Amino acid sequence: MANDKYETHEYDVIVIGAGGAGLRAAIEASAAGVKTALICKSLLGKAHTVMAEGGIAAALRNVYQEDNWKVHFRDTMRGGKMLNNWRMAQLHAQEAPDRVLELEEWGALFDRTKDGRILQRDFGGHRYARLAHVGDRTGLEMIRTLQQHAVHKGIDVYMECNIQRLLKDGDRVCGAFGYWRESGKFVTFKSKAIVLATGGVGKAWKFTSNSWEYTGDGTTLAADVGADLIDMEMIQFHPTGMVWPNSVRGILVTEGVRGDGGTLRNSEGERFMFNYITDYFRAETAETEEEADAWYEDKTNNRRTPDLLPRDEVARAINAEVKAGRGSPHGGVLLDIASRRSAEYIARRLPSMHHQFKELADVDITKEPMEVGPTCHYIMGGVRVEADTAATTVPGLYAAGEVAAGLHGANRLGGNSLSDLLVFGRRAGLYAAQYAQNLEGHPSPDADQIEQYAQELLAPFNNDGGENPYTVHMALQDCMQNLVGIIRTESELKKAQTEIASLKERLAKVTVEGHRQYNPGWNLALDLQSLLTTAEATTMGALERKESRGGHTREDHPGPDPDKYGKINLVLRRKDGELSLSEEPLPEMPDDLKELFEESK
Amino acid sequence: MSDQAVAVNRGGPTDKTLRLDAWWVEPAVTVGMLSTFLIYTTWAALVNEHYYAEPYLSPFYSPCLSTSCMHVTLGLFDWPLSPAILILWAPAGFRLTCYYYRKAYYRSFWMSPPACAVRDGHAQYSGETRFPLLMQNLHRYFFYAATLVVLFLWWDALLAFSFPTADGGSEFGMGLGTLVLIANAAFLSLYSFSCHSCRHLCGGGLDVLSQSPLRFKLWRQVSRLNENHMLFAWISLVVVMLTDVYVRFISMGYISDVRFF
Amino acid sequence: MASEFTMRVWRGDISGGEFKDYRVEAQEGMVVLDVIHTIQATQAPDLAVRWNCKAGKCGSCSAEINGKPRLMCMTRMNLFEPGETITISPIQTFPLLRDLVTDVSFNYEKAKSIPALKLKAKEADGTRRMYQDDVDRVQEFHKCIECFLCQDVCHVIRDHEDNKPEFAGPRSFVRLASLEMHPLDEEDRREFLKSDAGLGYCNITKCCTEVCPEGIHITDNAIIPLKERVVDAYYDPVVWLMNKLTGK
Ligand SMILES: Cc1cc2nc3c(=O)[nH]c(=O)nc-3n(C[C@H](O)[C@H](O)[C@H](O)COP(=O)(O)OP(=O)(O)OC[C@H]3O[C@@H](n4cnc5c(N)ncnc54)[C@H](O)[C@@H]3O)c2cc1C
Ligand code: SF4
Ligand code: SF4
Ligand code: FES
Ligand code: FES
Repeated sequence: MANDKYETHEYDVIVIGAGGAGLRAAIEASAAGVKTALICKSLLGKAHTVMAEGGIAAALRNVYQEDNWKVHFRDTMRGGKMLNNWRMAQLHAQEAPDRVLELEEWGALFDRTKDGRILQRDFGGHRYARLAHVGDRTGLEMIRTLQQHAVHKGIDVYMECNIQRLLKDGDRVCGAFGYWRESGKFVTFKSKAIVLATGGVGKAWKFTSNSWEYTGDGTTLAADVGADLIDMEMIQFHPTGMVWPNSVRGILVTEGVRGDGGTLRNSEGERFMFNYITDYFRAETAETEEEADAWYEDKTNNRRTPDLLPRDEVARAINAEVKAGRGSPHGGVLLDIASRRSAEYIARRLPSMHHQFKELADVDITKEPMEVGPTCHYIMGGVRVEADTAATTVPGLYAAGEVAAGLHGANRLGGNSLSDLLVFGRRAGLYAAQYAQNLEGHPSPDADQIEQYAQELLAPFNNDGGENPYTVHMALQDCMQNLVGIIRTESELKKAQTEIASLKERLAKVTVEGHRQYNPGWNLALDLQSLLTTAEATTMGALERKESRGGHTREDHPGPDPDKYGKINLVLRRKDGELSLSEEPLPEMPDDLKELFEESK
Repeated sequence: MSDQAVAVNRGGPTDKTLRLDAWWVEPAVTVGMLSTFLIYTTWAALVNEHYYAEPYLSPFYSPCLSTSCMHVTLGLFDWPLSPAILILWAPAGFRLTCYYYRKAYYRSFWMSPPACAVRDGHAQYSGETRFPLLMQNLHRYFFYAATLVVLFLWWDALLAFSFPTADGGSEFGMGLGTLVLIANAAFLSLYSFSCHSCRHLCGGGLDVLSQSPLRFKLWRQVSRLNENHMLFAWISLVVVMLTDVYVRFISMGYISDVRFF
Repeated sequence: MASEFTMRVWRGDISGGEFKDYRVEAQEGMVVLDVIHTIQATQAPDLAVRWNCKAGKCGSCSAEINGKPRLMCMTRMNLFEPGETITISPIQTFPLLRDLVTDVSFNYEKAKSIPALKLKAKEADGTRRMYQDDVDRVQEFHKCIECFLCQDVCHVIRDHEDNKPEFAGPRSFVRLASLEMHPLDEEDRREFLKSDAGLGYCNITKCCTEVCPEGIHITDNAIIPLKERVVDAYYDPVVWLMNKLTGK
C-alpha cells in the first residue's frame, strides 16, 4: 500500500490531458458509470485544442452528397502515404459524422448551410468540402462544448496539475504521480485505468505553432512504463506559419485561408504550386489556374487547386522556393487572399486570422498578402494503440489524440485531428472504463517507488552553479530546427544525436532558483526530460527510415521506398533504460478496402 | 462622499488605479454636459413663458395639454402651473432610466466606477437590485410614453409648415425653425427607436428569429441603430435644448426666424 | 531595431509583494509576453506567468498593463515609447498565487452553477435544423476565450469582495445569453439570472465590453437583452397584473 505521505486521490479511470481527446474520453468513461477524473497541466479549456482553427473533418454529406466514409477513408490513407493503420482510418471515417452531430447535441453551433444543416469547408487533401467549422475558431467551439458538457456531468477536474510519472503494479499501470503547479506539492492518483491524452511535442522545435504544453509528456510517460512508440520520425510541418515579426514566427495561419480561396505566390508573383504537383496527386489536381479557380465553385467538373495539396507537399514546395531565392522579404512566401476575395468575405470567414495579422504584424489581410513559411505543427507518431480499443501495449494504459499514433500515417490531413480526438477519445474512455470495471481489487502503487520519484523531481533544486533550464531548452530547439527539420540527412541527424546526448548531460546539472510554488523554471527543467526523450526518439526514427515519405523527407534518400519502408512501422521501446528500435510490418488491409485504391488508379 | 471605498487586498497592488492615462476626463465632461442640460431644462420648463413663437412650439412644452397654453395641442383641462410639467416626466423618465444614461451617470456622478479599473467610489454596492434603482426596470414604459411624445413632435414639425397670414388665415411655408423642429423630431426618433427596450420588443426577446421574418427585419434595423444609441443620446440631447433656445429667442425677440418661402 | 524599456513587474504572493524593475531590450514586433519571457530566461527564472497560445486564442495571459486589463500576448511593445516604464500587475479581482498568476477558480465555480442546455426534440426526419440568422447572435458569445478580463474589471466584484457569492459576473452572463438565445434550447433561466446570478448587480457601466479582447458586445448584446428578458418575467407591471387576474 502506498503510504499517504503525499496527497492521494483514488479513481477507476484517470484521464491525463483535457484537450478534445481527454475531455471526450472522460465524458465517455463517466457515462459508463466509473469514477473518473480529468487532469491537465493548464487551466481547463486552454489545451491546444482551443487553438484549432479550420474545422473537423467528417463525411456528413451536407454539401456534397457524393461524399461518404469510404472517400474520407481513402483520402486519409493517401494523405498519410499509406503508412496509416487502416483500421483506425476506417473507424475514424465511419464514426466522425456521429461524433460531430453529438457535439451539436451538447451545444456546439457550427456555421450553417442554407437549409439549416452544418456547413462544410474545403481543406487540403480532402476530396470534398468536408470540414464542419465555426469561422476559423472551430477548436474553441469544440473544447468549450466538451468542457461545459463535462462540467455539467460532474466530472472531477484537477487543473494545473502536472503528471510526471506513471505508477505500475506488476505489468499494469495503477496510478500517476505529479505536482501541483500552484504549490509545487506532490500528488498521487491511484487508478485502475489511465487514458493518456497529453497532445504533442512541438516545443522541441524553434519555430512551432505549439504552446509550452507540447513537451511530449505523454509519449515519455508511456515509453517509461514500457509502452511501444511508433512513427516518431513523422513530424508535420504546417506550410503556413507566420514568419514575421520574429517574435511571432511559427504562429499558425490556418489552411482555411487556402480553403476559402487564398493562393500561394513567390516573390515573382507566380503561383508556384503548379510546379510541385507530384505524380501521386497529378490525376486529381488542376493543371491550370483557370481550372483551379473554377474548382472552388464546381468540384464535379474541375480538379482541386494545388494550393490544397497535402501539407507535406506544400511545406516542401515553400521550402524549395525560399531556397531558390524566390522567397518573400522575411524568408517565407506570399499567401494572398486579399486580391481574390472581398474584404467582407474575408472578415466573416477568417475573423481570427484578420485579427491576428492586424494585431501582431500590422498587416491587413483584406488588403495585403501574408508572409508565411513552414512551422512545426503536429506529430503523427506517438504511442502505439490497438485500433478498436485505443489500448497501448501496457495493460490498463490507453491513449488517444495527438499523443497516440497510427491514424495519420506519415502525414495528417487538416481537420482529421479534431475528428480523431472525438472518435478515439470516446473509444479510449469506453474501453478504459470497461477495463476498470472488470478489474478486481484496488490499485496499489508502491510507496518506495513514489518516494524515489519525488526525489528525482526535486533534484534540480539540489544542483549548484549549473545552467538555467531556459538555455538548455533553447539549445534543444536550435538543434531540432536545424538538424531534424523538414529536410533531413544522415550526417545532420547523427550530429543531432550527439547534441541530444550532451544536452541530457547538461540537463542533469541544470539549476533552478527559488521555491516550488508556481515556479516556471523548475517546471521547465522537468518538462525538458520528456522533450529530450521525444527528440531522441524522433531522431532515431528519422535516421533509420532511409526514404522520404510524408512528414519525413531525407535529402539523401529522396524517394519513397515502397518495398521496404512503405511496409513497416519503426517501433521504439525502452529496454534497460535505453530506447531501442525495431521494424514491424504494417497491419494488412483487407481486400475489400484495398479495392478502393485500385479502382481509382 | 463619506463612505470612500477601501482597497480589497488580494495580494496584488492595492493602488486606487495604476492607469496613467487621463481616465477622469470622460466622467468630468459627462458631469459638465449633463449638469448644463439639467439646469437649463429645469429652468426652461418652469418659467412657463416664451415657449411658442408661431408656428413653432418648444419641444419641452409639447404636447401642450393645458387649455391655458400659449399653443394648445390637446386641451384636456386648465392647469395653473407650467404645462411642461404635465408631459416632461415622460422624456425625463425615459432618459433617466435609459441604459446608456445609466452608464453615464453611474460612472460620472456616482463614481461606481468612475472609469474602468479605477476603484469604485463607494464601500457598499448593491447595483440595481433594490428600490429605488430596481425601478430602472420600468424603462420600457417610459419608452412607450416617450414614443407618444415623439409623435407629437412630428405633429409640431408638420404644423411648422403653416405660417399665419396678415388676414388671420394661414399659408404654407418654411422657415429655419421648421428645419430645426424637423431635426429635433428626427434625432429624438433616432434616439427612441435605437432604445434597448425597443430592440427587445421588436424581436430581441425571440429565440428563433428566422421564423418571424417581419420581426427579424425590424430587430435587425433597430440593432443597427442601437449600435449608435450613445451618439443619438448626446445629439438629441443637444438638439432638443437648442430647439428650445431657438424658439425662445424668437419669442423673446432676440432673433427673428429666417423664412425660406 | 531594439529599444530599451523598464518593466515594473509585480512579484509576490497572497501575503503581499512589490514591484520590481527589470531593464530589457525589446526587438521589433515583440509583445509584452515576449518581454516577460525574456526576463524569465535571463533575469528571473522563477517569474510566474500563465500563457499557452501566444496568439490571443486561449485567454491565459491576462494581466494589467499600465493599469489596464489586457492580454499580454496581444499587446505590442510599439504601443509604448522607448525608454518608458511599463507596469505589469496581476489581475486584481482574484487572489494572487504568485507574481502574475492568480487563482481564477471563482469563474469555474460560477460556470458549474449555470443551468445546462436543454434541447427540444429533434425534427421529424431525425435531424437538427438551425439557421445562420439565428445562430449568428449566439456565435458572438461563443467567441469567448475565458480570459476573465471582464470578470477582473467588473467593479461589482473587483471592489466589493462581499458581492462575490451573489454575482456571477459578465463572463457568466455571456454564457447565459448564449444558452438563453440558443434557437433550440427550452430551459428558462430567468429566475436563475435574477436570483442566483445577480444580474441586477450589474449597473451596465460597460467596462467588461471595453476590455473584452474578443470584441464581444457583452453589455449591449448579452447583459441588456438578458435584463429585458428578466423584466418580461418579473418587472413588467402589465404582465404582472395579467398574471394576477388570470390567476397564474
Ligand atoms: C494552431 C493550431 C491549429 C490547428 N488547427 C486544426 C484544425 O483546424 N483541425 C484539426 O483537426 N486539427 C487542428 N490542429 C491540431 C489539433 O488542434 C491538435 O492536434 C489537437 O487539438 C490535439 O488535441 P489533444 O486532445 O490530443 O491534446 P491537447 O488539446 O493539446 O490537450 C493536451 C492536454 O494534456 C495536458 N497535459 C499535457 N501534458 C500533461 C502532463 N504532464 N500532466 C497533465 N496534463 C498534461 C494539457 O494540459 C492539455 O490539457 C491545430 C493545431 C494547432 C496548434
Ligand atoms: S457592465 Fe455590468 S457586468 Fe459589465 S463591468 Fe459593468 S457592472 Fe460589471
Ligand atoms: S467575455 Fe470577453 S473578456 Fe470576458 S472572458 Fe470572454 S473573452 Fe474574456
Ligand atoms: S432609451 Fe437608452 S436604452 Fe432605452
Ligand atoms: S497566451 Fe493565449 S491568449 Fe495570450
